[in-house]
Amino acid sequence: MLNFLKQTPPTAIFGMLVILVTAILAVFAPLIAPYGETQIVGAEYLPWGDGYVLGTDNLGRDMLSRMIFGARNTVGLAILTTAIAFFIGSFLGIFVALKGGWIDQTVGRIVDVLMAVPPLILALILLAILGSSIPNMVAVIAVIYVAPVFRLARAAAMDIAELDFIQAARLRGEGVLWLIRREILPNITSTLLAEFGLRFCFVFLFIAALSFLGLGIQPPTADWGSMVKENASLIAFGDITPLIPAAAIGLVTVAINFVVDWMLHRASGLKD
Amino acid sequence: MSKLPKLILGRIGLGAVTLVVVSMLIFVGVELLPGDIAQQILGQSATAETVAAFRLELGLDQPAYVRYFNWVVGVLHGDFGHSLANGRDVAALLAPRLAKTLFLAGYAAVIAVPVALTLGVLVALFRGSLFDRATNVAALSAVSLPEFFVAYLLILFLAVKVSLFPSLARLDDTATWGEALYNTFLPALTLILVVIAHMMRMTRAAIINVLASPYVEMARLKGMPPMKIILRHALPNALAPIINVVALNLAYLVVGVVVVEVVFAYPGLGQLLVDAVVKRDFPVVQAVGLFFAATYIVLNLIADVLSILANPRLRNGR
Repeated sequence: MLNFLKQTPPTAIFGMLVILVTAILAVFAPLIAPYGETQIVGAEYLPWGDGYVLGTDNLGRDMLSRMIFGARNTVGLAILTTAIAFFIGSFLGIFVALKGGWIDQTVGRIVDVLMAVPPLILALILLAILGSSIPNMVAVIAVIYVAPVFRLARAAAMDIAELDFIQAARLRGEGVLWLIRREILPNITSTLLAEFGLRFCFVFLFIAALSFLGLGIQPPTADWGSMVKENASLIAFGDITPLIPAAAIGLVTVAINFVVDWMLHRASGLKD
Repeated sequence: MSKLPKLILGRIGLGAVTLVVVSMLIFVGVELLPGDIAQQILGQSATAETVAAFRLELGLDQPAYVRYFNWVVGVLHGDFGHSLANGRDVAALLAPRLAKTLFLAGYAAVIAVPVALTLGVLVALFRGSLFDRATNVAALSAVSLPEFFVAYLLILFLAVKVSLFPSLARLDDTATWGEALYNTFLPALTLILVVIAHMMRMTRAAIINVLASPYVEMARLKGMPPMKIILRHALPNALAPIINVVALNLAYLVVGVVVVEVVFAYPGLGQLLVDAVVKRDFPVVQAVGLFFAATYIVLNLIADVLSILANPRLRNGR
């Protein structure tokens, strides 16, 4: 344990600590939070202290409790969205890498078009069409992030698909699903995992930005992005309360970036 | 020699095809609405006659491909239709806001690009030093922060605690250049901070990549000073990736303004888009979306063409 701490750079340890704390807050939110998520506990915009550690928000809800529930909602939705994008993207990517031919070309061109439009703009157009709600937001962002995951998975699987053991498995008469699950996935897991961390950051910031614009997670659900917006008027009075959820978003993203940076460094065996 | 024009023409053709497909995507998207757009706008309580009349007014009695064709012809003539929310001409709605958005993005780019490139070269020169590592951590953090956090931090410190700059970016048509630059300084600074980190990191990576090659070793062995090695030998050969990342960030500037405009209540295209999405004002969403997508595609296209031109092997046809 001590050895591990010595070898790991301080930034990575810091990152893992932040992730751990966030995970605990998210999982045990109802046990930790002093008040309910949408419970109105007092007057609006109460100052810090005096029973409410971080004061109250624009509707008189306890800020600290909303921060803790926000960890659950914002991070949870980001994980769900990233997971969907990865499931579809990596499956499609490996599938077309094995199949090749016209399927490969068709899916590849569709993904090219998806990636030619800036993500935020595409999301806004799609949300205008579908209307903004949590399931719509998750679906839209997942579809947008299928594209980069597909490209990565396809490129990684292409290298493997040429190797002899794949040929052997094909000659044995294994089906495509078996090839994907048992032959290719184990060989590209580390690549996909590092990518998962990075994509999670993008998705997380994306959800925060959409919620901040009022098009993502809808009130009264506690969420770090919309909490910034709801309380933004306090900033004009020099109060930093609305910045706390924004800082939390930044902190979690920085933490994950530090950990992913370190993992990539370790995986590539670099020691500069 | 004939290879280069072919390569560039091919890339431009690809860009044009992408643009057409994206315009279809934007148009067809609205077609996928459950029910149709007339019903959506008028709501459940509208009578069948009103819906039918409105449908006729929107031209929904024609097949989709005819309407798409009409829409494209209209767009090419600068006619984007009328806003569903207030009936105003979309093109007239867009024009003043477009100028403001381009002003803000250009303002940020003029400062961000030179600063980022200079920092990138310096960090590559002093790589491994404390300066390098500190800049790296700062850049990694800056990339991870949501734009609205950066924006509100700047408002808190530069507008509220110390009243140096206005927190709301008002931009009157009568404002002089100096006033305009002063009033929009905070949103521009937010954008600058957001893009500098990425451009700097990529510049550093591109230069360090070249520094590993034998001819740089040669230059070093003959006693060339490090700064000169980077500027004379490394930078020209790292140009292609650097041009690419600069163009990508310029594209990002035009798109990234959405959030920043909302924070500073800046009357640009981004804010118009967000408002239109909330109101589900489809002609406006389509027009602004098409504009942003086209900018993004064209800037990426320019980046690719420039990096083809920056590569001597491609330039000289072998």
